[in-house]
Amino acid sequence: MASLDDLKKRIASVKSTQKITKAMKMVAAAKLRRAQESAEKGRPYSEKMNNVILNLSNGISDKENAPKLLSGTGQEKTHLCVVMTSDRGLCGGFNSNIIKKAKSYFAKILDEGKELKIITVGSKGNDQLKRVYGNKIIENVSFKESKNANYFDADKVGKMVIEKFEAGEFDVCTIFYNQFKNVITQIPQAQQIIPLNNEGEENSSEESYEFEPDEDEILSNLLPKNISTQIFKAMLENSASEQGSRMSAMDNATRNAGEMVDKLTIEYNRSRQAAITKELIEIISGAESL
Amino acid sequence: MSEEFKVEIVNPEKSFLVKDDVSEVVVPAFEGEMGILKDHISIISFLKPGIIKILSKSGDENYYVEDGIVEFKNNNLSILTSTIFNLADMDKSKQQDLLKQAEEEANKTDINDQSKYLADQKVEVLKTLN
Repeated sequence: MASLDDLKKRIASVKSTQKITKAMKMVAAAKLRRAQESAEKGRPYSEKMNNVILNLSNGISDKENAPKLLSGTGQEKTHLCVVMTSDRGLCGGFNSNIIKKAKSYFAKILDEGKELKIITVGSKGNDQLKRVYGNKIIENVSFKESKNANYFDADKVGKMVIEKFEAGEFDVCTIFYNQFKNVITQIPQAQQIIPLNNEGEENSSEESYEFEPDEDEILSNLLPKNISTQIFKAMLENSASEQGSRMSAMDNATRNAGEMVDKLTIEYNRSRQAAITKELIEIISGAESL
Repeated sequence: MSEEFKVEIVNPEKSFLVKDDVSEVVVPAFEGEMGILKDHISIISFLKPGIIKILSKSGDENYYVEDGIVEFKNNNLSILTSTIFNLADMDKSKQQDLLKQAEEEANKTDINDQSKYLADQKVEVLKTLN
């Protein structure tokens, strides 16, 4: 059994850990509010963008010659996966959920004998993936310096993806991120951004648009922007999810620490009492023997 | 019948501006400036660097944009843009900064014709502001 001194030290250490997790929870809660707000504010843009593209692709007359970003390269040999994770740890299952989702997708692709390329955004994802898929990772980006998700960063990733697409380095691009549902639930998502997947989304309005300049030109201008927009949306969702996940993880940690302190305190009191009793018995039996 | 329609400007971070008493909007469309009045035919177009003029009862507003898409439908005008500044809030130093950036971009030699054209446009528009 641990000595009284040891127990005392352990209680103190658990208590200070609890203080840290409590503080982290508070910080995460504050950041979550902001991240959630910006995720909600960012939605109209990506929704409108999607709408416009939907209208455009419906209006396009010559499907054969549609831009490659929309219709794909006609084959599905090389897959590019953009795995978006956080730069910081201590956020519960946030990163591992994305990684798990991504890994099962990777396995599927490799089973089908297709080629796999990975871009990791955020250092945690890179850490987890490089052990198994190290040779597949072609690029690793992290935005440690930027405080909040901003469009400029997303645009950088988007431009990189498009550059690689135009160089013919891959045929299909999928992004992995956590969609923010609420503080407790974040759903890992795999979203295909190249070629654009519009199936099942029929445009209800039959209204015809006037295009200036013509559809093809607008589309070829719009599609690259859409890539960045989708990545930005994923970043916003991700940052809200990260804070939410961290908040609930830290909440749990704080509670667990509390339980542990209680248990240790009981043990401490018991052994203190045991020591006193032992001493008493010794004294009494010593007095009796006289 | 009122001659007003709704305009909404959205940038990636947030909904930048919503106004529903607008009588006319002039946007710098890619093939030249385009004025939009109520009951305009549905149109999709994209923007080049320039000034968006919004004319409304509550006063006129001018915004500087670098790129974007406009969609007009059912008397709803949506403008999606990644860079937008209200001219009223833009001071000289900000203008100078943007101008400097644009000039640097325009002077690059390794860019394609379209980006070159866009950068030149930026410089031109920003110069007229000063």
